[in-house]
Amino acid sequence: MILQSIRMAWEAITSNKLRSFLTMLGIIIGVVALVVLVSLVNGATGAVTDEINALGNDMITVSIRDDKGSPIRLEDLNELMQDDAVLQAAPAGSMTATAKQGYSDVSATVYGTTSAYYDIQGLALQYGRFLKTTDVDNSSYVAVLSYDTADELFGRQDVVGERITIDNRSFQVVGILEEDDSLFAGLLGGYSIYIPYTVESRMADQPYITSVYVSPAGDTDATEQAVDSYMLARFNQDEDAFSISNMSSISDAMSTITGTLSLLLGGIAAISLLVGGIGIMNIMLVSVTERTKEIGIRKAIGAGRRSIMMQFLIEALMVSLMGCLFGLLLSWLILGIVTAIAGSITFGMSLGVVLLAVGFSSAIGLIFGLYPANKAAKKHPIDALRYEG
Amino acid sequence: MAVEKPIISMRDITKIYHVGGEEVRALDGASLTIRKGEFVSIIGPSGSGKSTLMNIMGCLDVADGGEYILDGQSIEQYSEEELAHIRNREIGFVFQNFNLLSRMTALGNVELPLIYQRVRLADRKEKALAALERVGLADRSGHKPTELSGGQQQRVAIARALATSPAILLADEPTGNLDSKTGEDIMSLFTELHEAGDTIVLITHNEDIARRTQRRIRIMDGRVSEVES
Repeated sequence: MILQSIRMAWEAITSNKLRSFLTMLGIIIGVVALVVLVSLVNGATGAVTDEINALGNDMITVSIRDDKGSPIRLEDLNELMQDDAVLQAAPAGSMTATAKQGYSDVSATVYGTTSAYYDIQGLALQYGRFLKTTDVDNSSYVAVLSYDTADELFGRQDVVGERITIDNRSFQVVGILEEDDSLFAGLLGGYSIYIPYTVESRMADQPYITSVYVSPAGDTDATEQAVDSYMLARFNQDEDAFSISNMSSISDAMSTITGTLSLLLGGIAAISLLVGGIGIMNIMLVSVTERTKEIGIRKAIGAGRRSIMMQFLIEALMVSLMGCLFGLLLSWLILGIVTAIAGSITFGMSLGVVLLAVGFSSAIGLIFGLYPANKAAKKHPIDALRYEG
Repeated sequence: MAVEKPIISMRDITKIYHVGGEEVRALDGASLTIRKGEFVSIIGPSGSGKSTLMNIMGCLDVADGGEYILDGQSIEQYSEEELAHIRNREIGFVFQNFNLLSRMTALGNVELPLIYQRVRLADRKEKALAALERVGLADRSGHKPTELSGGQQQRVAIARALATSPAILLADEPTGNLDSKTGEDIMSLFTELHEAGDTIVLITHNEDIARRTQRRIRIMDGRVSEVES
C-alpha cells in the first residue's frame, strides 16, 4: 500500500512539474540556507581550531604584571624547569626594530628568547640552526630569521652566515625558519626575527622577564598548577602579580562562540524551511480542491479515508524530501565552489547537518501535509463525485 | 430453473434530506429485490429518487430507515472506512461521464480498485488485463483516457468495475454521454456480460435503453414499482 501511495504521489508530482518544482523551491532554499550556513561555520571553526592546535594547544603562557621588586630572571626559569611537571620554559621579550641588509630594510618584530622556545612553539627550521644556550649565556649577536624576513631582506632564503643589522647593531644570521603558511601567519603577518634573550633585553632596556612560555611534561592542567604554585611562592602568594593562560581555554571560548553562531544561523535557516513548509501546505490545499473529483472516484471504487489520507500525506512528504535532496545537492555544489575559492579551508557537509536537514524536511512535510490530507480524506464520496472543477 | 438467491434486498428504505429547513423524502418506503444474474434497469425521471436509490444501493450513502441486505450482509450504520471496503468488494460502478483518472493509462485505471484490495502486482496486472480483454480493449491497455474515444473510455470504466468481480455492476446512465451508435455498442456489451452471468443494475431515464434489459423497475416520488413486460 505504501509502495502504491508512493507511485501515486510520484504520478501526481510529475504530472505538474513546474508547480511541483516551485513548491519544492521553498524547501530547497531552506535546506541550502541551513546546510551551507552551518557547514561554513563548522568549516571555519575547524580551520581555526586546527590552527590553534598547531600553535601548541598545551602551551602555557605566564604574564608577570607586577614583579613586586623581585623580578623573574633566567635563573628562576631554570629553577621552574626542575619541576617534573614542566618540560621546558622560555622567556619571551619582544620589540619592534628595523632590520637592514644592504639597501633593503624591514620593520620586524624582534623576539628575545632562549633555545627552549623552539620546541615550545613547535617551530621548524629550513636552514641552519636555532638559538643555543651558549648564545644566550654569551649574549652573542646571532639571529634566526623567519622565511619571509630572509626573503624580504636578501631576496633569497639560504642566507646562513650573512650579516644583518638590527637597530644599527650587527648580527650574524644562523638559521632560517620554514615558511609559515598557516592562517595565523596571514592574520598576524609581519616579519619576525629571533635573537638571544640577553641581547634583546639589553637592546629593549627591559632587563626583567615579563612573559614566559611553558610546555608541560604531561598533563596541561597539572603543569598549570605547578607553574601557579611556583609563581605564588615566588611573589608572596599575590595572585594579582601574574596571570596564567593556555591555548585550550582560548579554543574553548572559540568553540562556544562558533557553537552559538551556528545555532543562530541554523535557527534562521530553519525559519526559511518553515516558510517552505507553509508553501507546501498552500499548494496541497489547492491540489486537494482541484482533485476533488479524483478523490470521489477513488472513494467510489473503494478507497477508504486512510488510503486517501496516506496518498496525500506521502505526496507532501515526497515533495519536501525531493526538495531536501535537491537542496543537499545544491549545497554540496556551493560548498565545493566556496572551498575552491577559499583555498586553505575545506568546507564539507557533515553527516550531522545532512541528517538534520532530512529530519527537518520530513517533519515539515508531515506536519504541513497533515491538514490538506485530512481535508481530502474527509470529503464525502457523493459530493466529491458531483464536483465539477 | 432454480430461483437464484437475492443479491440485493431492500425493504421500506427511506432517505430524508433537509433542504433549507424543509424535509424532502427522497426515498419513501422503497422495497425491491434483485437476484443473482439479473439484468435490471431502474427507470425514473429526474427528481424521482433514482440517484438516491443508486447511492444507497452502491453504499455511497446509508438509508435513514428500512433494511438493506447486500450479498448476505446487512448494510447499516457502518463507518465510512467499512463502507469503502464494501464498495470495493461488492460494487462495480459505471458512471455517465466515465470518471477515469486522466493521469493514468487504461490499465492503471482498471488496476485501481485492485490496488485498494491489496492485490499483489503480478496478480493485479493479470486480473486488470483479463477485465480489459472482456470489454475488448486489451490492445489499448497502455493508452491514457484522452487517447481513447468516448465509447472506449466507457469500456475501460466497465473493465474497472469488472476487475474485482463484484456482486453487482451498478451503471448510472452509462450511455448518457455517448452517441446512439456507441451507446448501442455499450448496451450490447452489457448484454454480453449479463449472458456471462454478471448481475447488472442500470439506472436510466431512457425508456429505449431500459427496454434492452431483462426486467424494469420504475421509481416515482421515492416509491418503487415493477414494470410488467
